[in-house]
Amino acid sequence: MKNSILHRSASRFSADHGWLKSAQTFSFHGNYDPDRIQFGALRVLNDDTVNGGKGFGRHPHDNMEIISIPLEGTLEHQDSMGNVAVIRPGEIQAMSAGTGIYHTEFNKNENEPVTFLQIWLYPDKLNVVPRYDQQSYSHGDRHNRFLQILSPEPDDEGVWINQNAWFHLGDFDEGTAAEYDLKVAGNGLYIFVISGEAEVNGQMLNTRDGYGIWPESRVSFRAVTDTSLLIMEVPEKW
Amino acid sequence: MKEINILVLANHAEILETILRLIGNNASWKGIGAGSAEQAFSAMEKNKFDLVLLGVGVDEETGRQIMEYCRKADPKMRCIRHYGGGSGLLYSEIQHALQT
Repeated sequence: MKNSILHRSASRFSADHGWLKSAQTFSFHGNYDPDRIQFGALRVLNDDTVNGGKGFGRHPHDNMEIISIPLEGTLEHQDSMGNVAVIRPGEIQAMSAGTGIYHTEFNKNENEPVTFLQIWLYPDKLNVVPRYDQQSYSHGDRHNRFLQILSPEPDDEGVWINQNAWFHLGDFDEGTAAEYDLKVAGNGLYIFVISGEAEVNGQMLNTRDGYGIWPESRVSFRAVTDTSLLIMEVPEKW
Repeated sequence: MKEINILVLANHAEILETILRLIGNNASWKGIGAGSAEQAFSAMEKNKFDLVLLGVGVDEETGRQIMEYCRKADPKMRCIRHYGGGSGLLYSEIQHALQT
């Protein structure tokens, strides 16, 4: 097992459908590289920008934990369970596709693009009852600290999914340091730099770089500039 | 180019139809659907498949039985779980299974 894998922003797959521009860290749709399939249970990390008024029409999913994190703009969600919701930056959406779900995701604004992270994790249980959830959090909650936004526990902070995974967001001022301890020994940690520059265990990372590590101890972060980070703790096997 | 025959087992009719349509977008792939384990075993007795995809609704035990059947019937036949129920992972799952 490798101890780390670095995915520079420019190394991501690129898909341009006109209405949708997508930078994909792992193999997705027509893009395939046997060396870029997944990081443990993390299977999809797409950095999507959708033009005003456009979006993903009705399409199905099953047996996947699907998380959306808006970065700019407004996304409108509708699904076959009757959920109609709008999510904005500062909110997270989680969908357990389980036995099958149909949904649409559209840019709510006609004139502005929406940019969001689309993240898929393999579930630890097959064929669960589909479920949708979304939650909001404030900038202050994640200023110079990691704020938990996702976990496997319904009663814990953030949304929950069917996988032993924990997501945290943090907005760090230049020069700030932080640390992260794995919840479960043996898990991996995938760091995605939303903006800025950071040093993680000595590795320099720039905006939209991804860095997966299988840490043996505490992970150290230092913001080289004002930096926004998403960190995802995921199991290697489940 | 050799035609790749793919059996898809899923108990959600609309998702099964979607997966078969997506497989059909590749001229060298031919997909056949099965809505139950019984239909899948019957299809495997009558046809030769390069790949079997275990989709939505296939539980762990049934999946194990089908994988075991495939391994005994033809060691070259691949049998994998399909996740996601759409185009996102399907193409790379198929390519990965056929190349490894």
